[in-house]
Amino acid sequence: MPPPTSSIAVRAESLVKTFGSTRALDGVDLEIPAGTVLGLLGPNGAGKTTTVRILTTLLRPDSGTAFIAGHDVLTDPDAVRRSIGLSGQYAAVDEHLTGYENLFMVGRLYGKSRTDAATRARELISRFRLKDAGDRPARTYSGGMRRRLDLAGALVAEPAVVVLDEPTTGLDPRGRMDTWDVIGELVADGATVLLTTQYLEEADQLADTILVIDHGKVIASGTADQLKAQVGGERLEIVVADPAEIPVTKIVLAEVGADEPTVEDHQRRVQVRVDTGPKALVEALRRLDQENVSVLDVALHRPTLDDVFLSLTGHIAEEAAPEAEGKRKGRKARKEQS
Amino acid sequence: MSVLTAGTRDSGVVTWRNLMNVRRQPDLLLGATLQPIMFVLLFAFVFAGSIGNDPAVYREFLMGGIFAQTVAFNSAYTTIGMAADLEKGVIDRFRSLPMARAAVLIGRTASDLVVSAIGLLVMSLCGLLVGWRIRGSFLDAIGGYLLLLGFSFAMSWIGAWIGLVAGSVQVAQSAGFIWMFPVTFISSAFVSASSMPGPLKVIAEWNPVTAVADAARELFGNARPTGVLGRSDVWPAHHTVLYAILSCVVVLVIFMPIAVAKYRKVASK
Repeated sequence: MPPPTSSIAVRAESLVKTFGSTRALDGVDLEIPAGTVLGLLGPNGAGKTTTVRILTTLLRPDSGTAFIAGHDVLTDPDAVRRSIGLSGQYAAVDEHLTGYENLFMVGRLYGKSRTDAATRARELISRFRLKDAGDRPARTYSGGMRRRLDLAGALVAEPAVVVLDEPTTGLDPRGRMDTWDVIGELVADGATVLLTTQYLEEADQLADTILVIDHGKVIASGTADQLKAQVGGERLEIVVADPAEIPVTKIVLAEVGADEPTVEDHQRRVQVRVDTGPKALVEALRRLDQENVSVLDVALHRPTLDDVFLSLTGHIAEEAAPEAEGKRKGRKARKEQS
Repeated sequence: MSVLTAGTRDSGVVTWRNLMNVRRQPDLLLGATLQPIMFVLLFAFVFAGSIGNDPAVYREFLMGGIFAQTVAFNSAYTTIGMAADLEKGVIDRFRSLPMARAAVLIGRTASDLVVSAIGLLVMSLCGLLVGWRIRGSFLDAIGGYLLLLGFSFAMSWIGAWIGLVAGSVQVAQSAGFIWMFPVTFISSAFVSASSMPGPLKVIAEWNPVTAVADAARELFGNARPTGVLGRSDVWPAHHTVLYAILSCVVVLVIFMPIAVAKYRKVASK
């Protein structure tokens, strides 16, 4: 295959990787135009980390090709490493070095002179709001600060492509918002970013294009809006006061809705997919009023990426998430997981 | 920049990182300094009375042996350090950087060499307290210390390889130390090789630890007693310095390439 043109920062074709009897990647293609963010979305074990490891030269694919900034990951791994900045699921920082020393070290290892490495480290420390903590050992940092330091490490050499592998997994909500802010700035600066995540909200917020991956295969791609449109329509949700009113509510919703309503008895909630949005809502309420049903709550939801994922894969995305916590320890588990 | 200067710079950066780690956790030095002190005191006062005729003679003999033993144990510290490095987050950063792959190993063995030198210094002071003296020339003494450091560095590479093979710090902790005991005790470090039974005697006579211990005694001008602490009559015993240097070279020639190859494999999984 010919080397990609300069407007395509990352291109991978037919990546296949097998671990024992598990086919971790089963022919993954992807392309990231320069200056855009691709979100690689999928549950644990879908093949996200394996894809990242291949693109960052840490793992060789069984077959397939991949180019980063025009360099072949198989034949020119050193040029690829010079073109990427990687920030992984586990903050790759030295606990006993200060934030500043960590960045200085990374700068030196990218081949910068002492002066350049020092200047760049200072710059990133203040940009990533670590100024007060810059001269403290990283082990005194909170999870969010560590992640910011790790992100800064990925940016030391101003790489052509920034790879963020589950940048907020294991962070508390505050740390997550923090990290999103930083990624948002990065995106605003025009960086090319490959972002993997199991959080739909994250892909929705940060990515230009989303690739949904499951069992080592790309099962859908497009913008968040395109993916939502694929699921189609909105969801109308009615909560009634009396369980006895559920059957009649169901009949009404079946008439205004686009498919069979679903009922959650405990919550006394009836839901249906609708194509006509607010019109369907008004119609449903009018008919329920005629039937003397007392409605407690009513809502019209646009589909979320959760719905997209559910409709594409038949299971929800975060199903496997608690397991991820157990995998924090040890690189071995990580290898097997990917 | 040439591959060699880049490699040297990367190794220097990793060495700096390791030494900063030691500086921030001085307790890492405990093993490398307290253990030799403990051995000097135990052997000088517990064994000296029963080995040979004169405790003072034994203490003089002992120091060369403990020097050799101490630098041999450097391999165990490298094993643990290497295995611990592999479990730390920073190794992920190293792997994704365009740096020399061998730099992680060279940095580890170089910083362990510095720690080993600190250990030798502490031990020499401890030796002076129990009556040991450098009785040879200044140059010979420098040669003695250089030989000990050379052996320390060579042993460190065996240790690095074991640390990479071990797979976890827990395994490294036992795998790193366990072989040190036969290697250092079946030697002339504490008693003479010639006093040992059959096969052990042969092993001890050809054990590089014996050569290093005896070479240190020679270079520090510590008189070799006769009788139970006397020297053997084999080739290494007559060419201790040469045999010690040869042992270091052979170890490095074998273990540097296999450790680097193993690291590449571990790092790209």
